[in-house]
Amino acid sequence: MGGLFVLAASAAGSLPLGVTESGNWFLRNAWLIPLLPALSFVGILFFGKRLPRGGSELGIAALGIALLLSVCTGLAWMSHRDDYHGQETHLSVVAVDHDGRAADPGGHQVHGEPSVAVTNTVTWFQAGGVEFTAGTLVDGPAVMMLFMVTLVSLLIHVYSTDYVAGDRRYTHFFAFMSLFSASMLLLVVSENTLQLLVAWELVGVCSFVLIGHWWEERDNSDAALKAFLTNRVGDMGLIVGVTVLFFAVGAARPDTFGSFSIVETNALASSGMLPHTTLLIAACCLMAAVMSKSGQFFLHTWLPDAMAGPTPVSALIHAATMVVAGVFMIARLYGVFFEGLSIAGTSINLMALVGGFTTLVGACLAFVQRDIKKVLAYSTISQLGYMVMALGVGAWTAAMFHLFTHAFFKACLFLGSGSVSHAVHSFDMKSDMGGLRRVMPHTYRTFMIGSIALAGLPPLAGFWSKDEILAGTGGWGLLGGTGGNGAYTLMLVMGMVTAALTAAYMTRCVYLTFFGEYRGHGQPHESGPRITVPLWILAGLALVAGFANLPKGFQLVPESLQERFGHYVEPVAGYFPQVTHATPSWSLAMVSTLVVLAGIGVAAHYYFVRVARASKAAGQSLTELPNGPTTRLAVARLGHTLLANKYYLDHLYTGIVAGGTKGPVARFAYRTNQEVLDRAVDGVGRTAVAAGRVVYHQIDQKVVDGFINGSGQVSIDSGEKLRRIQSGKVQNYAAILFAAATVLAGLLIVFV
Amino acid sequence: MLLNQFLLLSAVLFAIGVYGVLARRNGVLVLMSIELILNAVNINLVSFAAFREAVPGEVFALFVVAVAAAEVGVGLAMVLLLYRNRRNIDLTEIDLMRG
Repeated sequence: MGGLFVLAASAAGSLPLGVTESGNWFLRNAWLIPLLPALSFVGILFFGKRLPRGGSELGIAALGIALLLSVCTGLAWMSHRDDYHGQETHLSVVAVDHDGRAADPGGHQVHGEPSVAVTNTVTWFQAGGVEFTAGTLVDGPAVMMLFMVTLVSLLIHVYSTDYVAGDRRYTHFFAFMSLFSASMLLLVVSENTLQLLVAWELVGVCSFVLIGHWWEERDNSDAALKAFLTNRVGDMGLIVGVTVLFFAVGAARPDTFGSFSIVETNALASSGMLPHTTLLIAACCLMAAVMSKSGQFFLHTWLPDAMAGPTPVSALIHAATMVVAGVFMIARLYGVFFEGLSIAGTSINLMALVGGFTTLVGACLAFVQRDIKKVLAYSTISQLGYMVMALGVGAWTAAMFHLFTHAFFKACLFLGSGSVSHAVHSFDMKSDMGGLRRVMPHTYRTFMIGSIALAGLPPLAGFWSKDEILAGTGGWGLLGGTGGNGAYTLMLVMGMVTAALTAAYMTRCVYLTFFGEYRGHGQPHESGPRITVPLWILAGLALVAGFANLPKGFQLVPESLQERFGHYVEPVAGYFPQVTHATPSWSLAMVSTLVVLAGIGVAAHYYFVRVARASKAAGQSLTELPNGPTTRLAVARLGHTLLANKYYLDHLYTGIVAGGTKGPVARFAYRTNQEVLDRAVDGVGRTAVAAGRVVYHQIDQKVVDGFINGSGQVSIDSGEKLRRIQSGKVQNYAAILFAAATVLAGLLIVFV
Repeated sequence: MLLNQFLLLSAVLFAIGVYGVLARRNGVLVLMSIELILNAVNINLVSFAAFREAVPGEVFALFVVAVAAAEVGVGLAMVLLLYRNRRNIDLTEIDLMRG
């Protein structure tokens, strides 16, 4: 991989992109995967209500086939990746002359360099000589996302057939789940940023529709609007960033006006042919998009509110797939971010800071929630922060791996919370749950597996991915350090603290839900198989997914089993920047495990020992100590108030930002309206009336009408005269004919 | 042989035919008059062909005969239908298309 960059940077030969248009059938035809759910969306919309199962069978069938195709694509990719060093041809865009500047518009040269990613593009439209394409870019991250999205989506579809059974908009629900799956799959295979933008907006719309699924309640439609509008803020960043990159590529290549192509942009950025300032601006704009879509501090406020949607929606869209779109976008345009934010060789940058801060902020907020889904929502924010932080410190593979494992255990936890709420008809842990482990054994066990995976205890999935991120920070100084792109010690500390907090709040959540005595009403019962089977599949994946990427140099397994995920997912092509890989560290893994155990220990001591003892003494199931730290210590009380009000961010946005601007803006708008617009409109109206009157009397009545009436009268008169000729008697006609013939014959004789 | 005599015969026949078409009221007689006109034309064609020793004129005459046969077939069928519907084939009575 390094060779490709040396080639470009040393200013000789062409800049290889490392993409090919040939390859296995599955790799070239990945566009079929998003197409299937899109077709099912149309099918459900038109025929869903007439089908015996209300359209859900169409969605499940489409996703089942899509999953099959994704698995085949994945297998094809693995063999493709394993023998990529063959002499395939690939595309290169820019030839570099000896000055290191783009000189010769190479355009689709056949070259003998190794190529990995498979593209398949068609021209979408042409405007002003610029060709806009649409197509697929199939490489490691795309294949991984295809598999993950189709699998989770299929399981959640099955789960939903029970969860939203009998809902009045059952068909509508499945139609939009299909549309969402299609949009998300389109996003992950996008070949250019324009297509990515379209898919990005589409998933946003689906998120809006599905959060507001029960829009009859004001809270739900408000939450949907909040999600949509908050995302708009970031989408502006995406549009600006994409446009900046479009023109930046155009400026670097003399033969084109601009290009949206992801591989081209990345390759040019990585080879240093795009100016650093441009990349910095683009990266900052794109970060705004990531902050809104992936719930990063301080645009994260919509994500907890989005829990107003049905639980399967929360699991699919707001935990496993859509919210990682931002993370995926960073991973896709990593060349731009890597160069723009100077990730290599520093110890702090915007992305790492935003991610690290978010991960702490989200974890703290998870402590004060009563609503089980909100705990998971803040946990999602925190884990997304982890991924963004990992990308910020250059641990690309670790971030993707965490995205992969997180999808499984977080979907499992969300579906578990849905199963619980299905039984107790509430999401409130404090008033309506407790002691559910006895009546809901399957939900309890899968929830426990998901929680331990999230907390990050070995050997569950979360441990491996979290540990790779911590190692990737390169901030661990003990026993030789871990290498990496820079010494991000601050991020290592943030990650460690979050690990302890995560373990603690999940302990609290598990205690309040499943331990103690039942505090709600009615008789909770275990959910049906359509809910528990997906739960168990996801729990199984949460158990084993971590083994996909055992660390390199892990002495307990043979080398052929190490770093499989990194090997297949991380691109080794010209469009991917040259990242330095951190080395795993036994000491770091042990310390992080101890930190997690400490987090669990403190929370368990508080809940399982002290609260349980107080409950026994009080004779009822308590959720907090009657005389806990928040009542005794002023500092703790202050912190609790701050957290319970979500850092007053909502007050800031609605009260100060929106309230402070809307008054003056409204007043100004009113005055402009009254004094400028109304007068102009009135004047125009009056003039129009006067002009209309003149036109009516002079032109319409006299000229136009006169002309029309006159022509009509002429027709009538001439018709009246001519009708005499048409007697209906054939002999009269014959007489006229012969007379005319005679006249003509006479004329012929006279004149010829 | 003089061409004049044939042309005179043809002209007389044509005039009789025109008179018949315009003056007779009986549909069948009108049709017969049309035949007279056509045959006047035929005589013209054949006589000019003989005069100029060119065959196409005679071929045209044969075509005219064939077309006339078809025309009179259609015409007679129409007259027959008229008779069936109205018991009368007086052409002056038939003016359904009067404007």
